[in-house]
Amino acid sequence: MKLVVIGCGRVGSAVAREFRDDGWDVTAVDEKEEALARLGANWSGGFVVGHGMDSEILRRAGADEADAVVVATNGDNTNLVIAQVVKKRYGIDHVVVRILDPARAEFYAKRGMETVCPTQTAISELATRVRIAEKSLV
Amino acid sequence: MYSIVAGGGKVGANVARSLLRMGHEVTLIEQRPPRFEQLQEEFQHQVQLGDATELHVLELAGIGRPPQLVLAATGDDEDNLIICQLAREGYRVPKVVARVNDPRNQEHFDLLGISQTVCATSNILGLVEHEVPEHGIVHLLELRKENLEIVELQIDRDSPAAGKRLAGLNLPAGSRLISVMRNGRSELAEDRTVLRPGDQVLAVLEPGKEDELKRVLLKR
Repeated sequence: MKLVVIGCGRVGSAVAREFRDDGWDVTAVDEKEEALARLGANWSGGFVVGHGMDSEILRRAGADEADAVVVATNGDNTNLVIAQVVKKRYGIDHVVVRILDPARAEFYAKRGMETVCPTQTAISELATRVRIAEKSLV
Repeated sequence: MYSIVAGGGKVGANVARSLLRMGHEVTLIEQRPPRFEQLQEEFQHQVQLGDATELHVLELAGIGRPPQLVLAATGDDEDNLIICQLAREGYRVPKVVARVNDPRNQEHFDLLGISQTVCATSNILGLVEHEVPEHGIVHLLELRKENLEIVELQIDRDSPAAGKRLAGLNLPAGSRLISVMRNGRSELAEDRTVLRPGDQVLAVLEPGKEDELKRVLLKR
């Protein structure tokens, strides 16, 4: 199975390593060459330096033949555009995209995108914890 | 007409100013506070501070009415694309227009169905090519809504069309010659016009007919 991870920050690199350990063929893409260090000293997967908006970079990373693509750069709108382009141009069904803004995450989730919103997760989790605390106080 | 212009740089501010002068209603959105303060002196309540890709900012600007037109004119192509999608799909804005900053991103706008785009760099490139001698085919204007484009070709000595009358040319269906420029003077293309080497010809055609047209006018 082939996975392409676009945006190799804390989140992207950890996802890349996890699937590499599971035996997947993983290629990570990042604008900065330094991001390679996040993948560990003995990274055996692929690594492409470049911007995910660049079609040539996407092709070099093998996004056109991936089984799944994770988009997790630090820009919500960049992620949304890359995810849609990958889905539409290469017909990749499993494109998971990280979006920090809950409103945009919901908007695009309703339109069929697989969005992950860490902000919304934090909001829900914090609220749940406070409710638990509230119960113990009553 | 009510319009929202996202991005208060030179492009957005000038468009907003022109629309206001024409008597239209406009809200300009700018996210950089220093620039916003500058704009506020001129546009007062008609400029809104915030990131135009955030739904609540768009709502404060009145996207729910909805406006007849949203122009996404920020300096960031991803932002412009998302603004157009939010406006069109979320609020049923009938007309969305995007500025394309990097011509390499044009293909993404096309792919994702944002068909009304303006790219200054591509336009400038077209004009530069227009000035370069011995060019093949130059795209001068794309009329996306009409599905037509206007191109320029230069007839040279090897051209199969040189010395022929327009009436005798086997032009591809869906194309027509508009004018012929010779020695700095331009004349409308008529059936009796005879093409000469050095002529610069303007043609209107459906996209995709360029190769057929080139075969008739340029390649032997």
